[in-house]
Amino acid sequence: MTTPILRIENISKRYGKKDVLKGASLDVNKGDLKILIGPSGAGKSTLLQCINFLVKPDEGRIWLDEQEVHYANKRDLYAYRQKVGMIFQDFNLFDHLTALENVRIGMVRVKGMGKAEAGERAVLELERVGLKEHMQKYPAQLSGGQKQRVSIARALAMDPKVMLLDEPTSALDPELIGEVHAVIRDLGNNGMTMIMATHQIGFASSLASEILFMEDGRILERGTPDKIFNHAENARTQEFCSKITELYGERG
Amino acid sequence: MTEGWLYIQAEVYPALLKGFWVSLQLIAPSALLGLAIGIMVGVLRIYGNRPVMAAANTFVAIFRGIPLVVQLFIWYFGLPHIGIYLSPFVASVLGFSLCSGAYHSEYIRGALLSIKRGQMLAAQSLGFSKVRMIISIILPQAIRRALPGCGNEIIYLIKYSSLAYMITCIELTGQGKILASNSFKYTEVFLMIGACYLVMTSVATIVLGRMEERLRIPGFEHRRT
Ligand SMILES: Nc1ncnc2c1ncn2[C@@H]1O[C@H](COP(=O)(O)OP(=O)(O)OP(=O)(O)O)[C@@H](O)[C@H]1O
Ligand SMILES: [Mg+2]
Repeated sequence: MTTPILRIENISKRYGKKDVLKGASLDVNKGDLKILIGPSGAGKSTLLQCINFLVKPDEGRIWLDEQEVHYANKRDLYAYRQKVGMIFQDFNLFDHLTALENVRIGMVRVKGMGKAEAGERAVLELERVGLKEHMQKYPAQLSGGQKQRVSIARALAMDPKVMLLDEPTSALDPELIGEVHAVIRDLGNNGMTMIMATHQIGFASSLASEILFMEDGRILERGTPDKIFNHAENARTQEFCSKITELYGERG
Repeated sequence: MTEGWLYIQAEVYPALLKGFWVSLQLIAPSALLGLAIGIMVGVLRIYGNRPVMAAANTFVAIFRGIPLVVQLFIWYFGLPHIGIYLSPFVASVLGFSLCSGAYHSEYIRGALLSIKRGQMLAAQSLGFSKVRMIISIILPQAIRRALPGCGNEIIYLIKYSSLAYMITCIELTGQGKILASNSFKYTEVFLMIGACYLVMTSVATIVLGRMEERLRIPGFEHRRT
C-alpha cells in the first residue's frame, strides 16, 4: 500500500453564515492528477486555497509526506508553501519584474539562493515551458498563455512536491489554451503530483487519475474519468457532466 | 544704476548664496528622511496590526493637521521646557521631515491599496513571509505608483523650507528679509529670491522626471499631464 503524499482531511470553511466547504477530504498519491469539477460556487477555489492556507480553514487537517502541517507556526507554513506550488486563473505574475525575475525571485528571496545560481535555474525552467526567448519581457508584454507558462515556471523553480492549479486556462483565449495544456501534460508525464480545478473536461479526462465532482462545499462523487463522465451514480454529477460536455465540446 | 549694481555684488549676492546653501542643506535631508518616514508610516497604516495602525494614523492626523509653523515653534521653543535643546537647523529638519512624512504616507498608502490582491496571493503561495512580500513585491510596485504624488510633496517641501527662518535658521528667505529690511529694496530682493526658489523647484522637477523615467516599466506607465 502506498502512503499518500498529501492528505487532506475534513476541511471546512464558512464565510459569515455560508458554509462554503463542508468537510472535504482527499488523499493524493505521488504522481496523481486529481481534477476538481463542479458548478460555479461549489467551493473548488476555496478548497485549493485552503490546501496551501491562502484561506485559513476553520476545521480540518493536512499532512504532506506524513507530516502534519501546523499552519499557525509561520515557519512551518512558509516551508510548506514552498513545497506546494499554486497556479492562479489570472496568472498573478509580479508586474514589476521580467519573466526571468519572476521565476528567480522566490529562489532568491525565499530559498536564499544566490542570484547567479537562481538565474541559471530560472532560465532552465523558462526553457522548459518554451519561453526562453521571452525571458526579458515584463508581464504587460506577454500574452495570456505566455503569462500562465511563466507562472508555471515560477512555481516549478521552487521544486514543489504538489501543484495546485485553479482553472489555469479559463482566462485564456481558446487558441492559447493548447500551449498551457501542453505544459501541464508534460508535467504530468514527468510525474508531478497535481490537483487542478478546470472546466476543460476533454483535457481532464485524458490525463486525470481521478475526477472529483464538487457541489455546495462537498465532494459528491469521485472516480475515474470514465466512471464520472459515463457511469456517474449521482444524478447531479450526471446532469453537470452532460451540461459541461455540451459547453466545452467532445471529450478527447 | 552702478550703485545698485555694486550693492548687489557686494551685499545681495554673497548673502543670497549663503542662504541658498543653507536652504539646500535643509531640503536634502528633509526630503530623504520625509520619504523614508512616509514609506514606513504608509506601510504600517496598511499592514500594521490594530494598535500600530491606530498609532500611524494618529501620527498623520497630528503632523498633517497642525500648521507647520506651529510645529516648528514647538520643536524649537517648546522642547527646551522639557530640557531638550535643538539647534534651529535640527529643529527645522525634524519639523520638515515629520510633516513631509505624514504627507508622503498618504500617497504611499493610496498606492499600496491599489496593488492587486493577486500579487500578494502569488507571493504567499511561494512561501514569502509578510515582511519579505512587502519589501520585494509590494513596495517596488507601490513606490512607482506613488512617485508623482511624492514628487509633488518634495516640491512643496522646497517652498515651505522658507519657514525655517521663523525659528532663526537663516536660509534663503531669512537672508532676503535681512537684506530687504536693511536696504528697503524689498521688490528687487524678493524677486531674486523668488527666482532662486523657481530654479530649485525646476531642477527638482527635472530630477524627479528622470527618476520616473528610470523606474518606468511596461505596465506602470503614468499618464503624462
Ligand atoms: N472571501 C469570500 N467571502 C465571502 N464569500 C466567499 C469568499 N470567497 C468565496 N466565497 C463564496 O464561497 C463560495 C465558493 O466559492 P469558490 O470561489 O470556492 O467557488 P468555485 O467552485 O471556485 O467557483 P468558480 O467555478 O466560479 O470559480 C461562493 O458562494 C462564493 O461566493
Ligand atoms: Mg474558482
